[in-house]
Amino acid sequence: MMPTETFIEITYFIATILFILSLKWLSSPTTARHGVWAGEIGMALAIGGTLLYRGIVDYKLVAIGLVLGCIIGVPLGKVAMTAVPQRTALSHAFGALCVTLVGTSEFYLRAPNISPFMMAVLSMEVILGSLTFTGSLMAAGKLQEILPQRPITYKGQNFVNLGMLGLAIAIAVILVLHPDKTTLFPAMIIIPLLFGVMLVIPIGGADMPTVISLLNSYAGLSAAAMGFVLNSKLLIIAGALDGSSGFILSVIMSKAMNRSFTNVLFGGFGQIQAAAAGTQEQRPVKSATAEEAAAILAAANKVVIVPGYGMAVAQAQHKVRELFDALTKRGVDVTFGIHPVAGRMPGHMNVLLAEADIPYDKLLDMDAINGDMAQTDVALVIGANDVTNPAARTDASSPIFGMPILDVDKARTVMVIKRSMAAGFAGIDNPLYYLDQTLMLFGDAKNFVGNIVRELSGGDGHH
Amino acid sequence: MKLDLITSLYVFMLAAFIGFEVIRRVSPLLHTPLMSLTNALDAIAVVGAIILAGEHKSNLAAILGTIAIVAATSNIVGGFLITDRMLRMFKSSGPKKP
Repeated sequence: MMPTETFIEITYFIATILFILSLKWLSSPTTARHGVWAGEIGMALAIGGTLLYRGIVDYKLVAIGLVLGCIIGVPLGKVAMTAVPQRTALSHAFGALCVTLVGTSEFYLRAPNISPFMMAVLSMEVILGSLTFTGSLMAAGKLQEILPQRPITYKGQNFVNLGMLGLAIAIAVILVLHPDKTTLFPAMIIIPLLFGVMLVIPIGGADMPTVISLLNSYAGLSAAAMGFVLNSKLLIIAGALDGSSGFILSVIMSKAMNRSFTNVLFGGFGQIQAAAAGTQEQRPVKSATAEEAAAILAAANKVVIVPGYGMAVAQAQHKVRELFDALTKRGVDVTFGIHPVAGRMPGHMNVLLAEADIPYDKLLDMDAINGDMAQTDVALVIGANDVTNPAARTDASSPIFGMPILDVDKARTVMVIKRSMAAGFAGIDNPLYYLDQTLMLFGDAKNFVGNIVRELSGGDGHH
Repeated sequence: MKLDLITSLYVFMLAAFIGFEVIRRVSPLLHTPLMSLTNALDAIAVVGAIILAGEHKSNLAAILGTIAIVAATSNIVGGFLITDRMLRMFKSSGPKKP
């Protein structure tokens, strides 16, 4: 009785409500899984409704696409938790690929009968889509360590990048005015594809959280632009939600590094690296063995563990969990202090520690933990460097001055697990290591934490 | 046609505001699942790809549309799977429920 078109629109409408609820429920760990279910139901409804669309004549291609997508999607949903940053980057690339391909087809189906406004959003769709596609692939390659993680910079880099972006926009403007010049269209895809590569080349590992968030935002905006082109409100809303999510995360990440977007993208860290390398000085540090570290930890009342990317690299999270158990059993209050940019993507450390079964109410963010630092007996830093550097607070000449940090130097004793005295990502010396209350624990994070755990259980006679 | 685009602009603007308000409240604890979930939801672009491939208006559109379905579907399936896997790992240390 009900026309199919109306029925399809109703499925889209319900899907939209479910998508918004999905994100709303994600705000707290207690309701978050409901959010996933709401999203799944909304997605199933919308796809089911679309399949009823009477314009579809070729179900074979649709079926092939859906089946292949599932075959690729399932393994991507089952990657190890340590591989989540590169998986996320890859999924941004896939999303952007879909949007770009649809935009390209729409152009060739419609040209030259395209209104200026329509051509403008279509240009935005394919420009954002194609630069996000290659940019995300580059990011995924760097995170997977297929590509070199070091930022690659050269003279005139910003000039080249801005020039390419300007050229793509100029072509878009020409096409808006003359949509019949279809031969220009491929250039509007190829130039942003190159731009995406060039954009991510100078990005170093520590900037990845910001860049992934930014690419997330672009992917969302390009999908929203596609919604304009197809006049699909559902897609506009989903794209706007994804776009604003990525944008909020980018802002949080940039603030946590005390840097602006433009500073991350047209970064200055390459130069700083060179400058800082010359000013290395030899100052004495105190080091300790696992046995000594275990004795200090066992005698403490309150311990804060600060994890960083080094913990993820060493795959030390499960050993950290054993340490957490051993200390908790002795009545020591153990919490984790997590810096927003610790790791390679927003929330990276939380996921790794949750995977190791550490209760989430022990994972505190920077603002929550810094107030407790002065009452902390031991701050144990595992594989984090710049996010604990007190120079960010005190030394106006430091490149990271102004960056909010975890105030581990206010704890009574600081222990830092580190491979060697080599400087961190930015090549900036960390005065924390030379403080009177600081003990350096030299070694691989996983082994060292394991040794501490052994010492602790040895004392209990649990051998 | 023009009017549709204007309506779309209103929808976009309102959705962006809702997005800001809702997502601002997401705990930093869940920023990784947030990203993978929004990514899965964003893959709703698959509906556009399905229509494009299904309508088969030109061979180019059909081929690109099918590839687009593959890309979006893998995001939907992979995105929901991994988000749920991550969220299952987040456990509270409070009293264990029976």
